[in-house]
Amino acid sequence: MGNRSPILEVRQLQTHFRSGHGVVKAVNGVDLTVYAGETVGLVGESGCGKSVTSLSVMGLLPKPAAAIVGGTIHFAGRDITHLPEKQMRKLRGNEMSMIFQEPMTSLNPVFTIGQQMAEPLRQHTSLTKRQIREKMVEMLQSVGIPRAGQIIDEYPHQLSGGMRQRVMISLAMLCQPKLLIADEPTTALDVTIQAQILQLMKEIKQKQQMAMLLITHDLGVVAEMCDRVVVMYGGQVVESAEVRTIFDQPRHPYTQGLLASMPNANERKGELKAIPGSVPRPDEVGQGCTFAPRCSQAMERCRHDRPPLVALPRQSCRCWLYAGEEETALEEVAHAT
Amino acid sequence: MRPEPLLEVKHLKKYYELKKGWFSPKQQVKAVDDVSFTVYRGETYGLVGESGCGKSTTGRAILRLQEANAGEIWFAGENVARLPYERMRRLRRRMQMVFQDPYASLNPKKTILQILTEPLRVHGLYSPDERVKKASEILKIVGLSDYHLHSYPHEFSGGQRQRIGIAKAVILQPDLIVADEPVSALDVSIQSQVINLLLQLQREFHLTYIFISHDLGVVRHITDRVGVMYLGKLVEQAQTEKLFQEPKHPYTQALLSAVPITHPDDTRERIILSGDVPSPLDPPQGCTFHPRCPACMEVCRTEKPPVVDLGEHIVACHLYV
Repeated sequence: MGNRSPILEVRQLQTHFRSGHGVVKAVNGVDLTVYAGETVGLVGESGCGKSVTSLSVMGLLPKPAAAIVGGTIHFAGRDITHLPEKQMRKLRGNEMSMIFQEPMTSLNPVFTIGQQMAEPLRQHTSLTKRQIREKMVEMLQSVGIPRAGQIIDEYPHQLSGGMRQRVMISLAMLCQPKLLIADEPTTALDVTIQAQILQLMKEIKQKQQMAMLLITHDLGVVAEMCDRVVVMYGGQVVESAEVRTIFDQPRHPYTQGLLASMPNANERKGELKAIPGSVPRPDEVGQGCTFAPRCSQAMERCRHDRPPLVALPRQSCRCWLYAGEEETALEEVAHAT
Repeated sequence: MRPEPLLEVKHLKKYYELKKGWFSPKQQVKAVDDVSFTVYRGETYGLVGESGCGKSTTGRAILRLQEANAGEIWFAGENVARLPYERMRRLRRRMQMVFQDPYASLNPKKTILQILTEPLRVHGLYSPDERVKKASEILKIVGLSDYHLHSYPHEFSGGQRQRIGIAKAVILQPDLIVADEPVSALDVSIQSQVINLLLQLQREFHLTYIFISHDLGVVRHITDRVGVMYLGKLVEQAQTEKLFQEPKHPYTQALLSAVPITHPDDTRERIILSGDVPSPLDPPQGCTFHPRCPACMEVCRTEKPPVVDLGEHIVACHLYV
């Protein structure tokens, strides 16, 4: 990673949902930086705000229920926090694109693969029909789809799950984006297919020098793919570091708990180290540290005051345990790089 | 000393017929095709494989939630596959199931008390008061409290629901529990809680599990023996550690090598299988795995592989003949 110019910079992002029971702070002050050519893993469990963060970046929040109420998002040096829809459309699918978890539901069942893949090319390029078709076949072949020329005229239901995910990837890659956001790209797939897809994504990333934000709950996928990791809990970043630091010296009790609960870290047939309690709903998050109710090392202070993101030598960590270790406990130095 | 077999499945077959119009010939999907295995009392037997390999169908056929087309299922000295409906119903007291989706497997219109006492009521066990007592006892065992007895399923999180699903299966004190992907729908931090609960209940009630899962990390942790399925067939079976250390079948080798690494510095020789699982409608001739097999020989294309016993390690592959 010689290139240190940030592609994506998210600062103090606040995305709130309005619901019948009041405001839900789904994303509550998230900082995130993705540099050109690197893969950042965004890790967390359901409801931690990782998907909402990515939707905020893509400008795909369900309106009017959700809105960005604070913070900024810079993409390639440009502020896109409140970019009008028309200009957002020029970016989406062109300079940044997204792959979703469910390849079945994210492809339109009533259009052929070719019709769907032609759309970004018609939107963002001035290729002729024939050129578009050639480009699509070429792209499908490069993601390892056999008989690409025929598949273009087939419908999504005629393809298997792995094939559909390959189509989604080629769709996202058509305009050679600078940033690819992949939201649980392999969760719905079998392990052998997952291995194929991860391999493919690595190759593409290398070839195109693209940055990737990989959203996942699977620490194995993180170990496999990422350069840096950002761990989220309850709408906030709780730890962020290089991937090896996360695995070797996790500092936040939540990250430590997650790693300790992986079956291979425990004796076979023995009791797994588990994190007690359950993931809080966004509307349950009270004062103080969001993880305090489940934390084995929680102190009195944790229940009342929200900890700041502490900049440690090798990572940043949102925990009172380390508050003394570094005086520059500032939100501004939130990026362990 | 060999432990006593609790369940013996012999040549189990489950075919589905697809109608493709009036005149075209009927097609058959061989979801489970001649599967045999034995589960011993007190052990955890894992069934692994990718989606569509028939592992869930096998589990459901054992409980007769789906009728098998052929084969025998011996449980407690009786061939379950042939039992009349009423007797089967009574026998289910001793064999229970835990389902994957805790959101879909609990009746949303019933309170937890009703859900938990229903199996007792159906089997005519205990008096009504005792049933309530039993329900509150079991709730405590699975880590919830009396306080939850009058709540409805929607008031619980996924992990809590799965605890209730497990409580519902355990309340009858069965001998055998078929757990079909019991932790797949749960968050990582909750998964380990539920796995711990399953292990704890096994110790407490001497349960025997058939643990169906695609998550090989969990399977390695919890099971004693594992059977690997591919396209309706059992391709390999061995003790868990043996299977994970020395997989014999090329499919098992590829499957295990595909599991994501656990640390960024790990390196793993990866066997990337080409292509997808073939359609079970039209499985390949000979060995069903041969089109994707890196060690495919001439004989694999034409002849079905025999089942070879390598001493408590069974593998269906021509390589080991």
